[in-house]
Amino acid sequence: MTPDELEQIAETERESRGRFRHTVNVCLAAGCMSCQSQSVKDALDKDVARRGWGDRCQVKGVGCMGLCSEGPLVSTASSAADVSTDGRLYKRVAASDASEIVESLESVPVERLYCATDVPFFQRQKKIVLENSGVIDPERIEDYIAVGGYRALISVLTEMTPREVIQEVTQSGLRGRGGAGYPTGLKWSTVVKSFGTQKFVICNADEGDPGAFMDRSVLESDPHRVLEGMLIAAYAVGSSDGYIYVRSEYPLAVKRLKTAIRQAERAGLLGANICGTRFSFKVDLRLGAGAFVCGEETALIASVEGKRGTPRARPPYPAMQGFLGQPTLINNVETFANIAPIIRNGGDWYAQIGTEKSKGTKVFALAGRVQNTGLVEVPMGITLREMVYDIGGGIPDGRKFKAVQTGGPSGGCLPAEVLDMPVDYETLARLGSIMGSGGMIVIDDSSCMVDVARYFMDFCMTESCGKCVPCRVGTYQMHRLLTAITQMTATPQDLAMLEEFCDLLKQTSLCGLGQSAPNPVLSTLKSFGDEYKAHIEDHTCVAGVCGKRATGGRT
Amino acid sequence: MPTLSKPLPPTEDKRWRLVDATMRRHGQQPRGLIEALHTVQEAFGYLDEQSLRYVATSMRVPLSRAYGVSTFYHFFTLKPAGKHTCVVCTGTACYIKGAQQLVETLEAELKISAGETTSDGSVSFLTARCLGSCGLAPAVVFDQEVAGKVEAKALRDRLSQWATP
Repeated sequence: MTPDELEQIAETERESRGRFRHTVNVCLAAGCMSCQSQSVKDALDKDVARRGWGDRCQVKGVGCMGLCSEGPLVSTASSAADVSTDGRLYKRVAASDASEIVESLESVPVERLYCATDVPFFQRQKKIVLENSGVIDPERIEDYIAVGGYRALISVLTEMTPREVIQEVTQSGLRGRGGAGYPTGLKWSTVVKSFGTQKFVICNADEGDPGAFMDRSVLESDPHRVLEGMLIAAYAVGSSDGYIYVRSEYPLAVKRLKTAIRQAERAGLLGANICGTRFSFKVDLRLGAGAFVCGEETALIASVEGKRGTPRARPPYPAMQGFLGQPTLINNVETFANIAPIIRNGGDWYAQIGTEKSKGTKVFALAGRVQNTGLVEVPMGITLREMVYDIGGGIPDGRKFKAVQTGGPSGGCLPAEVLDMPVDYETLARLGSIMGSGGMIVIDDSSCMVDVARYFMDFCMTESCGKCVPCRVGTYQMHRLLTAITQMTATPQDLAMLEEFCDLLKQTSLCGLGQSAPNPVLSTLKSFGDEYKAHIEDHTCVAGVCGKRATGGRT
Repeated sequence: MPTLSKPLPPTEDKRWRLVDATMRRHGQQPRGLIEALHTVQEAFGYLDEQSLRYVATSMRVPLSRAYGVSTFYHFFTLKPAGKHTCVVCTGTACYIKGAQQLVETLEAELKISAGETTSDGSVSFLTARCLGSCGLAPAVVFDQEVAGKVEAKALRDRLSQWATP
């Protein structure tokens, strides 16, 4: 594949698209799929065929449009000059609405299903990673190429040296989107400097945080973007072998990734001598098997090597000694997804977005007790209040906001007092939470914060791999104490013991799972200490959750 | 030193060919173990002693390692699943929106706890960490099909639907 050939494919694709007066996009990502969006697409296809509109109307399956709570979502666009159906979005579409939607293409929108897009949920977003989500068909490489895909790769291979690529990424200020926020450029240059007979690139798509589904959406909606990012990274660090470690719980993402890899191989964008250069790279999938700890990089490497996913002490970091003892670059899905636009537009462009230390945008999975749940991409530095009230649309059912949880089981619960704080790596860490991979769960006054802390401890206890004692035994003991509190049988000494355990786990655990397991407890103790007190001293739960019911669940 | 010849599949079952193909793709290397176990589970539904022994011998790893891996990961199961499966998501978003009530409903209706199969082998009840369908919380997977915003009533309806052939 040469630059000209790529341009040729893009041109042909755009031309064939221009032949249709209208395009109807149906979301075929997992969220809408579970609301039967496939049958909506089939019905639309059938209706277009029935009318004999096959030559002027195209029905396309696309990726996630963001507003998952209102699915299935359908949008329309037109290339005709006389009618404008651009940007119409329909929500909660059923298969029986197909005919009405097709009919409306030449006239006014269907009022009944119309979903306003001039609301903050859409307007406040800035899409870089998700720019193609909901626009292109994730199962066709031509569609990705038509919107400028793989152009960054070709310009890297033909015009830039590996050093220049790393410089551009460093310039952009991009930090790892998996949670810890390690500067991406720095990680890449460490891999370059490390000595090894072979180097590996691994994409971490083991999105284990409960309440986070950004990576899944990116893989389902725009898999080629991740491949392109990996290819550029491989060129920069001098690797010829890559793996994508993806959760087996995401069958649709696995299927689309497999399709994307096959298409890229056929197009000569993966494999030997890519674009006629000396650069070769091949990618293989590795399926996870349901272990949260495998998101930790050394555990992930063990799992890719076919072993039990237990972490090991660092250093040496995987960038020096990773897969098979060789230097290994591990980045998250969203990090790789940011690479192509950075190369295309330059590192300086990216560095303009966001705050001083946290550049660019971040994709969040907004869920829980909030009006609009779904996937949003916002510039770093947006306040939590804007996230919850403007984008999220506030708390439904007239209930009261209580906390927002970020970072999953490794993060913390942030109370109403800090709602005006900006969302960036440093601020969240200072407040006792973490950025995490991007799960953001809103909690209202119907939840008890002690019970929430117990829930996360239950998670960490079950997911602890059992290698180091502080984590294996400590999470069990902390869970026991938290259960006692929710059952109203705890004493003040138990609370003191709980705090002591928090410190112990933080200081002595082997990997991030154990070190951050106390975060939910610490943050709720700090902001909602009176709830703990009420459980212990007065045997009451303000939310009315605890007591008899809290005995349920895994203990 | 005696050469290790590849063992023969334990039965005539054609599904072993799929397993063989996966192991071959990884060059019979130990690092393909998890992939091989995935294929076994996909083909047979679960991992039993016979399949673990076969995979371990073929890939030249100790049986203890194959057993260790298959018990470490939640995805692998050593018992056959029921005729129907019902997976309740207990991720944070689902938990906040009442997944616990769904778990309790199922426990009461089926008289089993999560991870078990009813004694007649009709329904397996499992919990998942997070399905990633947080926008549709609480979510339940009925026989591979994800359903969103599930209430206890819908759950009972589905169970009675399964009970009547």
